[in-house]
Amino acid sequence: MTLTFTEVTGARGGRVLFAGLSFALGPGGALWVQGPNGVGKSTLVRIAAGLLPPAAGSVARGGAVSMLAEAAALDAQLPLAQALGFWARLDGTRDRLPSAMAAMGIDPLADVPVRMLSTGQKRRAAIARVVASGAPLWLLDEPANGLDTASLDLLEAAIAAHRAGGGAVLVASHVAVALPDAQVLAL
Amino acid sequence: MIALIARELRIAWSGGGLLLPVAFFLLVATLFPFAIGPDAALLARIGGGVAWAAALLAALLPIERLVAHDVDTGVVDQLVVRGWSETSIAVAKTIGHWLGFAPAVMLAAALSAALLGIDGTTLIALEVGLLLGTPGLAALGVATAALVAGLRGGGAVAGLVMLPLALPLVIFGAGGIEGGAGALKLLAATSLLLCVGGPIVAGAALRIART
Repeated sequence: MTLTFTEVTGARGGRVLFAGLSFALGPGGALWVQGPNGVGKSTLVRIAAGLLPPAAGSVARGGAVSMLAEAAALDAQLPLAQALGFWARLDGTRDRLPSAMAAMGIDPLADVPVRMLSTGQKRRAAIARVVASGAPLWLLDEPANGLDTASLDLLEAAIAAHRAGGGAVLVASHVAVALPDAQVLAL
Repeated sequence: MIALIARELRIAWSGGGLLLPVAFFLLVATLFPFAIGPDAALLARIGGGVAWAAALLAALLPIERLVAHDVDTGVVDQLVVRGWSETSIAVAKTIGHWLGFAPAVMLAAALSAALLGIDGTTLIALEVGLLLGTPGLAALGVATAALVAGLRGGGAVAGLVMLPLALPLVIFGAGGIEGGAGALKLLAATSLLLCVGGPIVAGAALRIART
């Protein structure tokens, strides 16, 4: 299994957001965590990523993880290709970066400083980092935020390609993202 | 680790490379002759101490954005997801911070020697002291930056936290100029202690801030 939650309780600031949550995500699998704002979707993603310990229960991860969070974590003054290149270098996947940028339609922006990019363009760049990472498990927190319809199609195509290659994806989103045969978890 | 240190150094130098800390140090060093008058003997007497105070302030300059910015923009989260421990992040930040200000401070100290009436032998003792003591200052700076990362107006609090803790370095650093290998040994020991303890404290602060 790529990601297994066993009776997980998630809490933030001493307040329990969800309890007794169990699911398993295998290769090629997808899980859509849905629910309104503030229900604990981001907390679930952070627990899955290992950034937060679960208040109860256990989490098992099968391999490397790549996370898309609200913050882009890209150096604002660098050209986009270099800002993404820093992370690709840490991941040891520099050769995959150009195709990942092309897959999200941001290859024409390679020389543009990150601070000049729009919200949606930054979002696509952060998604391209996930695509380039080569990690078997993707954790996407509100990936559709700031994306236009065309970019959403690119995201869905990237997820489909990742799953076809044996990867798993957890999508936390209050809006629908096309995930064929996905498990649905309503918080 | 090298990629991380290189990134820290690039950010540290993004505001004009070595120029900014050098200019800052020289400015502080220039203030003293103006403030206390051009008495060469007096300036020579206090010159080493002034240089140390200026080094301390130069180390404090970038402290507000050193850690807080990476926490806010999610860089620390992304590194932790990739399996980096908070302590190794702090080690990389300490090395990057040191490379960002210490060579500049040592260069500026040599330049300001004439302003402050520091002679050749004293300058050598000062430079040796700076070489030994600035790593400790860097580690202390990163630890302080991590501790105040979540606070509003963290920069001002950082000064209040860091300056008292840096006192041993200033005391032994200035003592090393007066002569005496004993002070330099104590300076090295203090610096070493801070270099080991700083990243551990900074790492723990980052972990607590996250959970």
